Amino acid sequence: MVGKLLLRGMLVGLVAGILAFAFARVYGEPQVDKAIAFEEQQAQAAGEAPEPEMVSRATQAGIGLATGVLVYGAALGGLFSLVFAYAYGRLGSLGPRGTSALLALLGFLAVIVVPSLKYPASPPSVGNPETIAYRTELFFIMIVISIAAMVAAVGLAQRLWSRLGAWNASIVAGLAFLVVFALVKAALPDINEVPENFSATVLWQFRVASLGIQLVLWTVVGLGFGAVVERVVAVRDQRGSARRYA
Amino acid sequence: MSDTTFAPTYGPVAIPVRELLPWAIFAGLMLMLMIYFVGAEEGATSLIRGTMVHEFVHDGRHLLGFPCH
Ligand SMILES: [Zn+2]
Repeated sequence: MVGKLLLRGMLVGLVAGILAFAFARVYGEPQVDKAIAFEEQQAQAAGEAPEPEMVSRATQAGIGLATGVLVYGAALGGLFSLVFAYAYGRLGSLGPRGTSALLALLGFLAVIVVPSLKYPASPPSVGNPETIAYRTELFFIMIVISIAAMVAAVGLAQRLWSRLGAWNASIVAGLAFLVVFALVKAALPDINEVPENFSATVLWQFRVASLGIQLVLWTVVGLGFGAVVERVVAVRDQRGSARRYA
Repeated sequence: MSDTTFAPTYGPVAIPVRELLPWAIFAGLMLMLMIYFVGAEEGATSLIRGTMVHEFVHDGRHLLGFPCH
């Protein structure tokens, strides 16, 4: 059963990756190009020799971008299917499509939105190459804490469910998540490495495009996975209940 | 009355953890390695020498939100 879910998850993730790649081409690449133009202009002004291109821009923006987004999409879909395999049947009476949509919503918030409020995506030339290890470390710490807080919040909501009812239990759990986020946001160091003259418009549009790519990925995975596994899961549920009532 | 009693009312059946665990460990590791290659190889850490992987997936790395240069 887990194998069936995993295969479907990776395939849906691959489809999500193809759509996200198209989105990235249209809305993301123009911003990357503008950022690289800024970078070259700065280097020229400083009298530095232009960096040798190891991979051409056309390759980076074409097959390179496609490879990155598709591999990421397939991996995301696969990991999503494993989380679904655990969550299904453990989130009350929610069916496969509801479970999938809810997990995608919570996952998008915990893995993408909340961490990027602290450490947002940045185009080329925003970010000091010397701090890459430090920035990467903080970025992953933020994601891990955010996921842990979300898991704890879901657990809290389930515990309060029977006493407070669905609405109030969810609101209390959501507030608890926000408090943890506010504390962590204050505790972790800020990163601001935007160059002095970098265009605010390019930075904004790059970040909106980046969030849009993730929104495409998570929406397609959340809605697509539920649709694709509905039958397999229903057949297993039926067999499971037949055994129970036999 | 009998047809209501025997109507197949079935709810979601959870997958036992012992069935899930080997998948979660092996597939989970493989999938996270895939994300690592897109997001962080030859950036903060490096399993392969050089910068080819980094340069090739460079635009995706930035647009997917990973810290880069
Ligand atoms: Zn870069």
